[in-house]
Amino acid sequence: MTTTEPEHETLITPEMLERKGVWGSARVSPPVSESDIRKWAIAVYWPETPPRIYWDVDYAATTRWGTIIAPADFNPFAWPIVEARVEQAERQRADADVDKPRANKGRRGMNGGQVDTYGVAMRPGDVITSRSRLRDWDERETRLGLTLFSFSETEWRNHNDALVKVRVATAIRY
Amino acid sequence: MAYNVYFEDVTVGDELPAWSRKTDFMNWNRYAAVNDEFVYIHMDDEAGRAALNEQGAFGMGNLRYAYIVNALQDWIGDEATIREIGCQFRAINQKNDVLTVVGKVTDKKTDNGEHCVFLDIDVVNHNGEPTCPGKAVVVVPSRG
Repeated sequence: MTTTEPEHETLITPEMLERKGVWGSARVSPPVSESDIRKWAIAVYWPETPPRIYWDVDYAATTRWGTIIAPADFNPFAWPIVEARVEQAERQRADADVDKPRANKGRRGMNGGQVDTYGVAMRPGDVITSRSRLRDWDERETRLGLTLFSFSETEWRNHNDALVKVRVATAIRY
Repeated sequence: MAYNVYFEDVTVGDELPAWSRKTDFMNWNRYAAVNDEFVYIHMDDEAGRAALNEQGAFGMGNLRYAYIVNALQDWIGDEATIREIGCQFRAINQKNDVLTVVGKVTDKKTDNGEHCVFLDIDVVNHNGEPTCPGKAVVVVPSRG
């Protein structure tokens, strides 16, 4: 008679173990422009007029900031120059096809939310540097079965090395 | 706008002034344009249904997050500071939903010279359903 050891199930991959706590390579944004901030503010306040601090230079000069600032959620990394946008679009189509078999554990995922801690405001002319790392994870049984909560940390600093934002995002896989 | 709220005037239980938007492609497309967030599930009803949302395309979580930022910043004034926002995306933003950012002060304390106000926050839809519960911390001036 032979006995088989129960297979130890885990969603933690060797790649995760290798990457844990290790900062990835930095990304550098193009300089933030007044126009970027104005358009962002119009979009997130649509259809109402955004506050003047985001577009009125004369008004902004009278505030303690002395200049236009960006909304806290402004993304200076939008619109990167990347190659192969066609492939990117095709991949997105494929990802949208949820009828394809997803039998393997850990193939399903969802956004578990985020915590953002803000430092200095972003201003026109700022160049933001971003770096990220897989900070930690927590694997446990939930009503979804074996579930992995992984926490990634992204840090933004401006060109004066002042901390702009730290985001800790939670990804859930089950 | 400058400062709208002073530390001494805030009381636990105070509510954030409600901040609302009716959302559809006019909002989503503009947000996609500034954030380079052109994702089929936010643009195309067929893709939305393929992603198991029967009503079709749906709104971006990032835009709901932006609404939280706006509600907090409009409340405290443009010279005060948002220190922290944490939230979870629990429900979908359907087309024509009226989303309202709500919040309630849970605590206030001075920490390292900063006058901090703590809030529970959420974005509720027009059916009163919570879609994005979370917490926030804002830093406001003192009259002292």
